[in-house]
Amino acid sequence: MKDISFEKAMENLEQIVGKLETGNLPLETLLKQYEDGIKLVRICREKLNEAKGKIEKIVKNENGTFEKESFNEEKDK
Amino acid sequence: MNETRVYTVSEVTQNIRFILEDTFSDVWVEGEVSNFKMYSSGHMYFSLKDDKSLMNCVLFKGNSRNLAFTIEDGMAVLCFGKVSVYDKRGQYQLYVNAVEPRGRGALQLAFEQLKDKLRKEGLFEESAKKTLPFLPIKVGVVTSANGAAIRDILKVARRRNANTDIMIYPVRVQGEEAKYEIVSAIENFNEFNERVIDENKKECPVDVIIVSRGGGSLEDLWPFNEEIVARAIYASKIPVVSAVGHEVDYTISDFTADLRAPTPSAAAELVFPSKEDLERAIDGYKAKLISFTGIQLKAFEKEIERLNSRYVLRDPINVLMQKEQEIDDFEKNQSAQINHVVELKEASFRAMTGKLNALSPLSVLERGYSIAYKDKHIAISVKSFEKGEMLRTKFIDGMVSSKVEKIEVRRT
Repeated sequence: MKDISFEKAMENLEQIVGKLETGNLPLETLLKQYEDGIKLVRICREKLNEAKGKIEKIVKNENGTFEKESFNEEKDK
Repeated sequence: MNETRVYTVSEVTQNIRFILEDTFSDVWVEGEVSNFKMYSSGHMYFSLKDDKSLMNCVLFKGNSRNLAFTIEDGMAVLCFGKVSVYDKRGQYQLYVNAVEPRGRGALQLAFEQLKDKLRKEGLFEESAKKTLPFLPIKVGVVTSANGAAIRDILKVARRRNANTDIMIYPVRVQGEEAKYEIVSAIENFNEFNERVIDENKKECPVDVIIVSRGGGSLEDLWPFNEEIVARAIYASKIPVVSAVGHEVDYTISDFTADLRAPTPSAAAELVFPSKEDLERAIDGYKAKLISFTGIQLKAFEKEIERLNSRYVLRDPINVLMQKEQEIDDFEKNQSAQINHVVELKEASFRAMTGKLNALSPLSVLERGYSIAYKDKHIAISVKSFEKGEMLRTKFIDGMVSSKVEKIEVRRT
């Protein structure tokens, strides 16, 4: 379940909430849906914080390799 | 006796050429293009005509290179050059140095011609447009490292989502070299992604590219109207958002991009989802999960209460909290025992739910009712039985087996 995309996780979450709202689920299904839902909430939060907000400059060298350096906004102003 | 001067053909032709070149060395001639032909040599031949006359023209490759638009038959143009003679045929013609369209600017015309050409090729089709990622992890930006565009993009991007990684491919965004740099930046981002995937690096690929520059004159924005740039954008496997100039500026790049943003800031608004909004949405889902599940558990509780007049789940919300705590603990534990924990957790849950389900019929038995079985199934109707068959009855403290003697169906 961890490999799903943020978008898919949100979709699944919405579906589960929809099912729970409609009601009339057997107890075991109800609890399973709830558990899946909470797991999805966690996955979404993790995905949201997955990237660390790095800002880099990238250029391709003469020899065909990529070179990255951190981008200094102040310096480049 | 008059000595008659005899000229050779070449002499006459040469003299005519001198006279023509003296008189028409730098002339502007206007007319309508006809018989336009371009040779593989790169030289162009055409006629200029008005309602009475026609004049042959030649535009050599060296001079046609700077032509922004394509000359077509029927086009009204203004040509600059000299009138001279093509000796071999004794033909005078206009040797053209520069051509401008009449009525509208050369760049405007070039823009319309390229737009028309690429549209016919299907490069603007909606069906070819890629969808932007919902939550990009890494955004590539092709623009000048010190222009207004990157400042605007970064400002908006940080405000909306400080987590998204940003990779800037610095390029010149105006001048002759700009188009080549923009094209290779787009291609290199695609190559970068292939390498990241091929070499299975920890590095994330670029999810979407913003190609951008701030406002400027039509000439300044011109690289984004170049055919090679428009095609590179179209060919990119990574979705491309084009954000060039101000709201009113449309470029060919805008049409081949997967999405046009009116300004660099707007591009950032479209590409970077607001983290705050997404967090709010997730919180909303979680609140609904808890409340809907709570409502249903309460309904189960009521049902049990009705059958048993005894509380099983005193506080359904508390059960949910407990459950969440369990998931917390589970997620903290990243060891190999994870599966074991899940099994245990599931087992305990099954036990709990099993207990709940079993409770209601049992409580009914306590109150003096019993349950009839035929084979292993609960018997609902007397019609399930025939005389002489076995019937089993479940009491609170055990089972009784008996043989059916008589069946009376109640008349309704």
